[in-house]
Amino acid sequence: MLLNQFLFLAAVLFCIGVYGVLARRNAVLVLASIELMLNAVNINLVAFGAYRHSIAGQVFALFVITIAAAEVGVGLAIVVLIFRNRASIALDEADLLKG
Amino acid sequence: MVAQNVVFGILAAVMIISAWKVVTTQNVVRAVLYLVVVLAGAGAQYLLLAQEFIFVVQVIVYIGAIVVLFLFGTMLTRAPIGRDVNLDNDQKWLAAVTALFLVGLMVAVLSDAYGDTHVHITGVQRTADVANSMFGPYLIPFEVVSVLLLAALVGAIAIARRD
Repeated sequence: MLLNQFLFLAAVLFCIGVYGVLARRNAVLVLASIELMLNAVNINLVAFGAYRHSIAGQVFALFVITIAAAEVGVGLAIVVLIFRNRASIALDEADLLKG
Repeated sequence: MVAQNVVFGILAAVMIISAWKVVTTQNVVRAVLYLVVVLAGAGAQYLLLAQEFIFVVQVIVYIGAIVVLFLFGTMLTRAPIGRDVNLDNDQKWLAAVTALFLVGLMVAVLSDAYGDTHVHITGVQRTADVANSMFGPYLIPFEVVSVLLLAALVGAIAIARRD
């Protein structure tokens, strides 16, 4: 197996995630797109770990999964709070700080 | 080697199509369920690279816990269950151009840097090695991540609490 096939797959997934973050206006779906990007990073880490016969890739991917879990927890709590205060989670309507 | 490449190709095609559906479908619940397919495909890629512990963690944490959180978030924000035409904003074309530029740049750089580097799988990486590594050289990051997870838990409860 080529190393590049995993890296290309991760690059494509990452860019689909970037598109999702930029083009979605529902906050839950923006968080889902961020999960796509974090998964692409994990595939890269694990592929490099397998390539170098090192355990470090797997350990760092575990750390990234932990951070992703924390991020989703706090992010969805914020989304629920925004919904409670403004009755909408469309991101272009949460523009209280806009000048 | 050929069988592995065929499996990789099938998995990659399914993952990319599902990821595209995650960012384009007009139904929130379906988008989250397509995310499950992408996460399971990533787990299968880890298995293909003979890294079994991360595969188990991927299934338990991502598919088991994070997707349930997403479905709860969808439910609590009373997302419309049917089609909803207002899920995208009006900068779709700009976002598509940005994503295409980024993927072109990354593919060019990666094919320049790792043209024909091969991955040689010599054996399964054992879970005991992960444990030895995590509680040996990576002990301090592990403890820091534990504290971070606790802080995120307390913070999420404190933010979402109705008082």
